[in-house]
Amino acid sequence: MRAVFVLFAVALLAGAAAAAESPVVLKDAQGRATVENFCSGCHSLDYIRINAPFMNRQTWTAEVNKMIQAFGAPISQPDAAAIIDYLSANYGSPS
Amino acid sequence: MRHQPGFNRRGFLGGVGGALTLGVLPARAADSLLLTIGLPQGTLDTVTMEALPGKRPLIKLTGRPPNYETPASYFANPVTPNDAFFVRYHLAGIPNRIDPQSWKLEVGGEGSATPFSLSLNDLQNNFEQVEIPAVCQCSGNRRGLSEPHVPGVQWGLGAMGNAVWRGPRLKDILAKAGLAKETVEIVFDGEDGPPLTVTPDFVKSIPVAKALDENTIVATRMNGEPLPHFNGAPARLILPGWTATYWMKHLSSVRAVNKPFDGFWMRGAYRIPNGMFPVVQRFLSQETDVNTPITEIVVNSVIAAPAEGQRFQMGQQITVQGVAWDAGYGIVRVEVSTDGGTSWQDATLGPDSGRFAFRPWTHRFTASARGPLRILARASNRIGQTQVDKLIFNAAGYHNNVVRPTTVVIA
Repeated sequence: MRAVFVLFAVALLAGAAAAAESPVVLKDAQGRATVENFCSGCHSLDYIRINAPFMNRQTWTAEVNKMIQAFGAPISQPDAAAIIDYLSANYGSPS
Repeated sequence: MRHQPGFNRRGFLGGVGGALTLGVLPARAADSLLLTIGLPQGTLDTVTMEALPGKRPLIKLTGRPPNYETPASYFANPVTPNDAFFVRYHLAGIPNRIDPQSWKLEVGGEGSATPFSLSLNDLQNNFEQVEIPAVCQCSGNRRGLSEPHVPGVQWGLGAMGNAVWRGPRLKDILAKAGLAKETVEIVFDGEDGPPLTVTPDFVKSIPVAKALDENTIVATRMNGEPLPHFNGAPARLILPGWTATYWMKHLSSVRAVNKPFDGFWMRGAYRIPNGMFPVVQRFLSQETDVNTPITEIVVNSVIAAPAEGQRFQMGQQITVQGVAWDAGYGIVRVEVSTDGGTSWQDATLGPDSGRFAFRPWTHRFTASARGPLRILARASNRIGQTQVDKLIFNAAGYHNNVVRPTTVVIA
């Protein structure tokens, strides 16, 4: 890992504390583009992958509603429905 | 959050490319210790070992905002290295860098007679400097081990660390501000903020009594060095004994208020049902009929070694070691079972470096039968609190101090 540390030292000297974001791959299914478009505006998509598969339609619905109501995510009702469908089908358990 | 020109609040979208990629290793290939039994399958399938700038490779749960935990093997030592200390953010608007020369801490609010600002130099030279070793533990540490699982960052064992923090006492800073007797809470904000302006900024309050506690400090140094950027440089609040939600990073303002602060992160988050956990210090001005802000850390311990699944030979001496901690009442006993909980022996406690710090412990034994062997540890504190055998379930996954096994194999 020594080489890695050297590279980090160089990056720090350059004053760059930013990190590249590794792409997070979601399951290819209907609704994926909608999820990627809206959810990744505020956070990386690994938040979805790590919260699986124990979530279900009810808990994913609550989570999406929290993003809209508490955090102000600008998601329309039809888009929210598509996001909930995708998450429940691909990152959930049967409820 | 203060709005300063030049901040790149979406720093994680740009930045250095190649360096990080080299730091990526699949967690299971890197170290079997990283995989904590009981995490959701989706978490196990997703986490990697990655290094943020200035950090060693840690267990990456999420990239933006960054949430990285410390592998449990680090808890074989009571002091957690700065570059291995866990990283936790709620919102992705994190400055790439904060210039320690131009950074200012604003002190004021309606309960303050004389608002003023302090530079880093002021904090380090115009106030008495105190040092305190204290555990910084995320309220949701071990959330990923909740049964049933609950939504959120699926932390394993490592959303915590112990460091020696140095800086002025908050009460000395507040004395300069001249608090009104009506002051009920002190409100803290940091330089980081939400990516969308409509999203509630992460702002927290604490009771005025806790703010005036002699152990509450504004740390500018950690383990003898400046704070790492991702642990709150140039200064963060240190609230020994209370969970890390209050330990505001990149501190930008301290405000005295005359009525309970009603921001989302106080009223809508970090709450536990009333009476569910044995806490002594409550946050009464924020309490409702049903719930109350999380406050004190519950008594707990972790086994740092041996690792889950580690193999030993019959007759080989095995050293079990780890740390124990609580809200500052003091660890008085750690018991270890090497037979799955049937019998318990007292572990040997290591040096006591302060009542808010990790207390190291060790226990040596020799296995006398082949096969899997379950090792457990159970800590107790000076006021008679002990880790629980059965999870006290709550929807946010807080305060998980269940006695949990590490299983090794005797060949």
